[in-house]
Amino acid sequence: MGKRAAALVGFTEWAPERKWERPMFGMEACAALAAEALADAGIEKGAVDGLVTGGLQDSPMFSPLALAEYLDIQTHFSEQVDIGGASSAGMIWRAAAAIEVGLCDTVLVLVPSTPAPPQDGAEARKMVMPPYLAGDAWGSPQGIYDIPYGLVAAAPSFALVATAYMDAYGVTPEQLAKIAVDERNSALKNPKAVFKDKPITVDDVLASPMVCDPVHLLEMVMPCFGGGAVVVTNAERAKKAKHRPVFLSGYGEYVSHKTVTYMKDITVTPAKPAADQAFRMAGLDRSNVDLCSFYDCFTITVLATLEDTGFAPKGQGGPWVAERDLSFAGDFPLNTHGGQLGMGQGGAAGGLSHVVDALTQIQGRAEDRQLAKADKAYVTGVGGLMASNVGLVLEGA
Amino acid sequence: MQIEQPFSESGRPLPRRTPTSAPFLDGARNGKLRLQRCPRDGFFFYPRPRCPECLGDDWTWEDASGRGRVYSYTVDRVGLDPTQRDRLPLVVAIIELEEGPRMTSNVVGCAVEDVRVGMSVEATFEDLGSETLVLFSPTA
Ligand SMILES: [Zn+2]
Repeated sequence: MGKRAAALVGFTEWAPERKWERPMFGMEACAALAAEALADAGIEKGAVDGLVTGGLQDSPMFSPLALAEYLDIQTHFSEQVDIGGASSAGMIWRAAAAIEVGLCDTVLVLVPSTPAPPQDGAEARKMVMPPYLAGDAWGSPQGIYDIPYGLVAAAPSFALVATAYMDAYGVTPEQLAKIAVDERNSALKNPKAVFKDKPITVDDVLASPMVCDPVHLLEMVMPCFGGGAVVVTNAERAKKAKHRPVFLSGYGEYVSHKTVTYMKDITVTPAKPAADQAFRMAGLDRSNVDLCSFYDCFTITVLATLEDTGFAPKGQGGPWVAERDLSFAGDFPLNTHGGQLGMGQGGAAGGLSHVVDALTQIQGRAEDRQLAKADKAYVTGVGGLMASNVGLVLEGA
Repeated sequence: MQIEQPFSESGRPLPRRTPTSAPFLDGARNGKLRLQRCPRDGFFFYPRPRCPECLGDDWTWEDASGRGRVYSYTVDRVGLDPTQRDRLPLVVAIIELEEGPRMTSNVVGCAVEDVRVGMSVEATFEDLGSETLVLFSPTA
């Protein structure tokens, strides 16, 4: 069952860094990422005939064209994906779909996070996370009806979701905090994690500064610099890859709004329709999945995703989380790389880290945090303000 | 990244005046919360040249009651927008209006700790110089 036409065969991932020590432009990062991912896959650059990326700050328009030129790659499929944090996961299925319909054979998915070389820490921070996100253009409803009221960046939006969850379902601060604690326990085993040296407790999370009620500092992702790339190829070429091929057997996507104010129901996220589509395509039941890697910009994002993807009953995510160990060593392995909360968010590549997490486990390359059984994974991406969701079902060959 | 948001003299971000937003902003200036109403689908927000339900353009502007309830809220403690730091702690809320649509706003006129999901609120207005914001305070 499910699709078996395209497989993920190689990847590279740079450790997220809070201060970027290797100033380079987006396209320079892409060239380095491409070289590393292709070497990992054991595929020559000449075999690549598809390119997918997000926006490049050094070539914000026509990014794939600029990249094709810069890397001297001729493509039958060129795509720039912009659905926020779900973009990386969205790039993966678009690459696979292009291969499935026979447009091309091998696609490079490139996700650099580096803007132009930052001047200093403060400047770098501003470039990673401008307060007005993408809502500042002329006539943007966000610019007119949200930004003047302080609904900016991501934290207040996810906090609005968390408040509604607490009110509707009685989710407690302790239950949300536990998600960050379990993820940190996995991060401790990931040499690339920003927070690899310091375990935390629920009390630590609740004692960290309140940023936007009810979101504490340790429930928010740490914005970093980074980068990642994945090579997707057809089933035939995948047989010759250096590592175990990982098929994308199902995928789904759903986009419903931009500002949380206009969600039909603020406690129902786009994760549900995306997951239903992905599992239907894969012909797989939720219970067949060995691990999950869920986009985790905030703890509430994980809780809502657990419910809406159908792993936890709706409204029961709080107690469900409290009764389980979500770390790599636990009964429900989730974000075994530490998640973005524990590993850090390498810019746009933060979303790719969940794909890489699943790949690493299924290919048996997770070292100290390797699961005993890791054949099937469910990966999500979340974009904008709980606005877009991509779900990927990954299965080892 | 070019920031194109207009700012007030005190440095606060202003709602940008466009042909579409002007009737709403003019209403606020005159102490009225105005909403568009489609003859088929009822009230909608934010202002658009086409009804988001049916894409019709035969809507009318009407004065709303100004009453609503808090659908959800958060308290910004750090000033994620640096230009709003003198308003902290700032209650950023989603208000569900009596007429149906929701809008982003701030809850003012009560202690931050007293804000609750579901609490009844009514519109109040804040003059920022060239434009006016529609805020909400607990129903008297
Ligand atoms: Zn209508």
